[in-house]
Amino acid sequence: MELTEELEPFDDLERPTDPTVEPDALSYKILKVCAGLIVPFAAVIAALAVGAIMLVALGANPLSGYSAMISGAFGGWDELADTALKSMPLLLVGVGICIAFRAGVINLGGEGQIIMGAILSTVVALAVPGLPRIILVPIVLLAGALGGAIWGAIPGALKAYAGVSEILSTIMMNIVAAQFLSFLLQDLLIEEGAIRIQQTERLTENADLPLLPGDTRLHLGVIIALLVAVLGYILLFRSALGVRLRAVGHNAHASRYAGMPVGRSVVQALAFSGACAGVAGAILVFGSESHRLIGEGGAIGFTQNAGFNGIVAALFGGLHPLATIPAAFLFGGMLTGGIELQRELQVPAAMIVALNGVVVIFVVSSLKMRSRVNAAVEKFHTDSGGKT
Amino acid sequence: MSDFFTISVIVATLASGIRLATPFLLAALGETIGQRSGVLNLGVEGVMLIGAFAAYYTALETGSALLGLVVAMTVGAAMGLVYAFITVVMQAEQGISGIGIYLFGLGFTDLLFQKLVGTPVPIEGLGRIEIPLLSDIPWFGEIFFQHSLMVYVAFLLVPAVWFMINRTTFGLNIRAVGETPEAADTLGVSVEWTRTATIVIGNTFAGLAGGALALEVGIFQQNLTAGQGFIAIALVYFGAWRSIGVMAGALLFGIVSATVLQWKTLGIVSGAASSLTAMAPAILTIVVLVIVSRRIAAPGALAKPFHRSA
Repeated sequence: MELTEELEPFDDLERPTDPTVEPDALSYKILKVCAGLIVPFAAVIAALAVGAIMLVALGANPLSGYSAMISGAFGGWDELADTALKSMPLLLVGVGICIAFRAGVINLGGEGQIIMGAILSTVVALAVPGLPRIILVPIVLLAGALGGAIWGAIPGALKAYAGVSEILSTIMMNIVAAQFLSFLLQDLLIEEGAIRIQQTERLTENADLPLLPGDTRLHLGVIIALLVAVLGYILLFRSALGVRLRAVGHNAHASRYAGMPVGRSVVQALAFSGACAGVAGAILVFGSESHRLIGEGGAIGFTQNAGFNGIVAALFGGLHPLATIPAAFLFGGMLTGGIELQRELQVPAAMIVALNGVVVIFVVSSLKMRSRVNAAVEKFHTDSGGKT
Repeated sequence: MSDFFTISVIVATLASGIRLATPFLLAALGETIGQRSGVLNLGVEGVMLIGAFAAYYTALETGSALLGLVVAMTVGAAMGLVYAFITVVMQAEQGISGIGIYLFGLGFTDLLFQKLVGTPVPIEGLGRIEIPLLSDIPWFGEIFFQHSLMVYVAFLLVPAVWFMINRTTFGLNIRAVGETPEAADTLGVSVEWTRTATIVIGNTFAGLAGGALALEVGIFQQNLTAGQGFIAIALVYFGAWRSIGVMAGALLFGIVSATVLQWKTLGIVSGAASSLTAMAPAILTIVVLVIVSRRIAAPGALAKPFHRSA
């Protein structure tokens, strides 16, 4: 399955420039980026309109709900910090998705990769709790990356060498990971004496992610996510490996004909993608309030569906790692605000999951419109002789 | 383990396996029709949940399980129209839009359940229909001929779907549109309408599958389907996009799941280990896919939006 080119509207910012042609004016570049963002934005508004209908049907007032949502997401420093924290796994998974999708691989296994990253990092923390923080935190994060990378590489290898559709294998791997987590939390990793609750003991303090200065709950994980986004950008657009991955994504047949190692690239893409998700898993455990590995994944568990929502954030950002940063922040805002909305209107939390789904549908449906808008902007630019 | 290998237990397990396979089978048959026409629908799980809740709520309020099934089918068809719009008109990326439908279905059904029902109330499902004479055959009677209506419907749909795809004009259109939509388009077959039709049919099946599940279990709860919709999609690949292969896959899955459950009931595996065995269907699917994938080709245009390039 190949992705259509319409999914890469920010690509032209990276095209090598022909020195004989005048470079695009900055104002034009800004115009294009804005035009590219308008469409998914409109999609979100449309989705919220549908949500308003649902709220009215539930007997709640959408206006007070949405204003609670906005103030809950962006209303103050604490709220902004919460939004940033919520966006962190979305950004990480999203960057991974940028890498995978650009290499032509649909990675739906984010949930499982987050879980495996969380498990491996937890195991490491349980194994060597005595190490000083400055060593343990990086090790724990690397363990997370490794766990996720392995969990991504398996479907990658299955696709490259056995022809198994990655859509299927990644979904199956999600199921396996969730069951594995459940097993571990009932047996090997469970807290002493906590028979019914599926959680580990409170993990060593040495692995706690340090809090950032200021009085908020922000921790190092947010910085790490930003770093990974930058690294992802460098990987995809400033490295030879990135060129290979994107070539394979555009046209696997041509790439193979040109001698590129297509199979290996697929595995690499999924491994990197899984690694990003795995780091998110580690951060979710060690940055959490409880500092334990808890219960399930999925919409209600510790992953909060970041494995799927990260995909939406990446699409929102046009599959560009740096654009995924604001996209993830906005999406995180929606999720954080959603909690406030739920509290304000006394509607069940399931409302947020449903709204989440509606936003995904609208954003994904709008992407074709976005490429048409981009094409229209380009035409306008050339028609006016490059003067805009 | 010796408890397991008694005739009566094995018979009960096989019968249970057929029963468990039914929702997978229905949903997978629907997905097969859609995928043969080139449409990938990952939202099956969401539609199944919506159908399940619709059937449950209808049965709860009206007391009629059959009406519940009808409502489930209608709701499934409605979701089919929505997905057809998203896929054919808006040409959205099919993998992700499906996940959106899944999330929507998951949240929306939970929401409706909490608002309209609150605490779970069991409902009267469809009773068992025992086929006269045949159900009296020792052992085989219990395995094959003492099931509820939906089981028979599901298995009868297998040859029906085969017939539709392989022996009707509509089926020919479906296959053409799924392999090379450009060629079909040149010949005057409407790619858009064919796909809309298959999507609606497929989602109706998915709604029906959810309804059957709810009525069989007799209750509704958050995330009732717990991944069965995704497994149904996997079964389509497993079955190489042929209805008989899909049936084989559904039976395999159902029987493995029933066996795992039986082991848990008999105490052969306990607590934590039951999570490990619950992995078995997923791992089995992957293993079989590896074995099978080398030789089977997907429909040529699967998951590619159709652009008329004139």
